[in-house]
Amino acid sequence: MEIRTTFHKKLREMQDEVLVMGSMVEKTLISSVKALKERDLDLAHQIISDDLKVNQKRFEIEERCVELIATQQPMASDLRIIIAILNITTEIERIGDYAVGIARITIMIGDEPPLKPLIDIPRMAEQTVDMLRRSLDSFINRDAESARKIATEDDLVDHLYDQVFRELLVFMAEDPKTITRATRLMWTAHNLERAADRVTNICERVVFIVTGKMEEIGASKY
Amino acid sequence: MNRNHALLSNKTLTAQACATKLRTEKVNLYYGSFQALRNITLDIHACAITAIIGPSGCGKSSLLRLFNRMNDLIPGARVEGNVELDGILIYSPGIDVVELRKKVGMVFQKPNPFPMSVFENVAFGPRRHGMSNRAELEEIVEKSLRHAALWDEVKDKLEQSGLALSGGQQQRLCIARVLAVEPEVILMDEPCSALDPLATLKIEDLMRNLAQEYTIIIVTHNMQQAARVSEMAAFMMMEEDRAGVLVEYGPTSELFTNPKDKRTEDYITGRFG
Repeated sequence: MEIRTTFHKKLREMQDEVLVMGSMVEKTLISSVKALKERDLDLAHQIISDDLKVNQKRFEIEERCVELIATQQPMASDLRIIIAILNITTEIERIGDYAVGIARITIMIGDEPPLKPLIDIPRMAEQTVDMLRRSLDSFINRDAESARKIATEDDLVDHLYDQVFRELLVFMAEDPKTITRATRLMWTAHNLERAADRVTNICERVVFIVTGKMEEIGASKY
Repeated sequence: MNRNHALLSNKTLTAQACATKLRTEKVNLYYGSFQALRNITLDIHACAITAIIGPSGCGKSSLLRLFNRMNDLIPGARVEGNVELDGILIYSPGIDVVELRKKVGMVFQKPNPFPMSVFENVAFGPRRHGMSNRAELEEIVEKSLRHAALWDEVKDKLEQSGLALSGGQQQRLCIARVLAVEPEVILMDEPCSALDPLATLKIEDLMRNLAQEYTIIIVTHNMQQAARVSEMAAFMMMEEDRAGVLVEYGPTSELFTNPKDKRTEDYITGRFG
């Protein structure tokens, strides 16, 4: 017999808000690479201004967490969920910042001719967004096993980053005039690699909710 | 030792390393044919505050009263199993129950000062145990009232009736009364449930200070209080036949953040009452 129906309802609503925030950032991350690929400066500017909404959502969720802690004195798994939400929203917000970073790079590049067709960078973005989506599913479903598995897929993103890095080094070595453009693409790839690391952190928080223990899952090589 | 952050400190490791002060081993308690407690095995650490929590009627107070044999006063009460204080079986024949209750003092839910002066309330116990020298009595009264964080509030009105004090002061007077006979263990049965929030916090602060020297066991309905003050916590519940059982016992920080038993989790998260 559930006693604390009001509190548990508020907790569920807060978790739904985390999903909403995650969905916002999934969109901006994919859009940021699309804007880069298509040299869509309007989209890049839109991504930057939309980030304010992501930040706002984070603060709203944090405020609700603090309110719940103060007024409801959560214990055990309820407490772990709220603490995890505080951490997860920070990670999602940082992923949003990486998308903004990529949008700024697009604006910096402007209408410069592309160095090469973008293949691996969009693949990094797709992999990272897919990991983010599934990590938030594992959060809702309290699925520690899925979370651990998703975290290990960070290796795929790291591998793609390696490829991008090596390829761009070759460009720069062969033609110093490409250094500026190549460096900007390296920053883009680095942002995506960091975004995937943030998803790993989210997975660790899911494991924490389920087991009560903080585990380091597959530390990034970078 | 700073005991102000029971939830988050790592003092529970220290508590676990402390000696066992009280112990029950497979204890069953009956009131006539009714079994109130079943198979209770519990080690109470000497340098910790232990909280006993659980729903109403699950036997928390019955368990508490095992330790000073107050259940003996209930007709038909019968104990099976072992209850030890410092390794001595306290239900053995020949145990001096008066001496036991001097060592294991008790504070009750409703403050119950005697209808006498503040001074006489505190001096009552030492007088009964043979102390008659006025100077010695005055010293012990002052020491006990200081220890109970009440001296400054009553030092100029020791001859005033204990019943004229506020609820929180009365409870601290009762604690001073217990301290005056130099116990080793203090049992507290919901000591704050009749007090206002400020008086409650004062008692909790006092408990933390007292726990430096005494073993304290507190029964409380207030889970947040249990989490605030205790290092070790025991969760009890009532089985279908209404016998109380011990479900989980461990460091407070673990019990309230990551309980091992689902029944504990369900109770403390309010998923069952």
